[in-house]
Amino acid sequence: MQINKIKKDMTEILSDVFDGATIMVGGFGEAGSPIELLHGLIDKGTKDLTIIANNSGNGRVGLGALIGQKQVKKVICSFARSAKGVTFPELYNKGEIELEVVPQGTLAERIRAAGSGIPGFYTATGVGTPLAEGKEEKIFNGKKYILEEALKADFAFVKAETADRYGNLTYNKTARNFNPIMCMAADRSLVQVKNILEPGEINPEHVITPGIFVQSLINIENPIIETNAIEEGMTYP
Amino acid sequence: MTNINTNDLIKGWDRNKIASKIANDLPHSSYVNLGIGMPELVSQYIKEDREIIYHSENGLLGMGPSPNENEIDLDLINAGKKPVTILPGGSFCHHADSFSMIRGGHIDYCVLGAMEISVTGDLANWSTGKGIPAVGGAMDLVAGAKNVFVMTQHLTKEGKPKLVQKCSLPLTGTGVVSRIYSDYAVLDITDEGFKVIQLNENITIEYLQSVTDGNVYQ
Repeated sequence: MQINKIKKDMTEILSDVFDGATIMVGGFGEAGSPIELLHGLIDKGTKDLTIIANNSGNGRVGLGALIGQKQVKKVICSFARSAKGVTFPELYNKGEIELEVVPQGTLAERIRAAGSGIPGFYTATGVGTPLAEGKEEKIFNGKKYILEEALKADFAFVKAETADRYGNLTYNKTARNFNPIMCMAADRSLVQVKNILEPGEINPEHVITPGIFVQSLINIENPIIETNAIEEGMTYP
Repeated sequence: MTNINTNDLIKGWDRNKIASKIANDLPHSSYVNLGIGMPELVSQYIKEDREIIYHSENGLLGMGPSPNENEIDLDLINAGKKPVTILPGGSFCHHADSFSMIRGGHIDYCVLGAMEISVTGDLANWSTGKGIPAVGGAMDLVAGAKNVFVMTQHLTKEGKPKLVQKCSLPLTGTGVVSRIYSDYAVLDITDEGFKVIQLNENITIEYLQSVTDGNVYQ
């Protein structure tokens, strides 16, 4: 029998996702954001989610839509004040959603650390700022650092450009961003991918995420383009 | 410090002039991260005698200018989420590698805006203390870049000094700023205070001191 991580539909790929799960959502703004997987989660109705992402969604599409459906109780992100953000500010201003602000590089490194078996690390980022409050400090070579802990998740929702059935992935330009490290840090990485090739057709030198970090794939050939969707007034569901 | 009537303020350099001064001070072959907004202007004033490589924290090294309308690719954006281009010799990487370039001290210069800068080089530029807190990569940049340049108006819109003895807003980093480029002067942070490197031709040192909350010297 051959290894095959490709799932037949959204119901199958999302079958394990449970209420109260912590989910990493790839993307920087709309680039690399797994909109179809997020819409699948709206259809499934999974709730009380903690979302780890760089941003907090635009318009009422993708992550913005999931938050708008009140399926998210907490967002851990670096920048929750996007120009086109609608749903997060609505809920935040009413006190109906929690926010943990993390500097972007610390967010990336906490995710990378989790995927690499590193429980915590010291960093100069944030020292002396409000985001250092309550964190252990340590001096190395006369300079102060703070302790940051690894950030794990039950699932990573990821968007990639090309995959094979082993889960080897490539990305498109700056749509790579958080996606590879989130694949490493989650118990299960669920990946929506535009193209699926036969094993060996992706040059091994070009694989960005080796298949060991990926559990499930779904083929989404023509993903929604968030900017266009918002301009057209799309809302989901 | 007396209250300043904004009508009485002397007009300083415009933002293009400030950008050109920063561009002049970026050495050939440096790796540079330009903050979102006003600092982005700097790239327009780099002289022909040097090549600068621009880093964008969302995983792009070798960033080029904005694309033509028909060449926009929404998978190729900058840290401000605006479409950009990649120059020959450029590369993509994931977010942890991109921030290793910053946090590991590989970025030679970053240029950022400011709300307040203290006489000891503390910077406040991410939060007014109100609204949804959002930090992005600012804290990483100031902690990691080898040189942190601040590009700012000398005074707030209300006419209050941005260069202060002690910041009142939430900090981005402590003791991180190397040099300030304002519409009134170029100043270095030193143990003795704000050291004037260049003064706007319309401004006296006495006037500069009167609009700065912290020791200014030449």
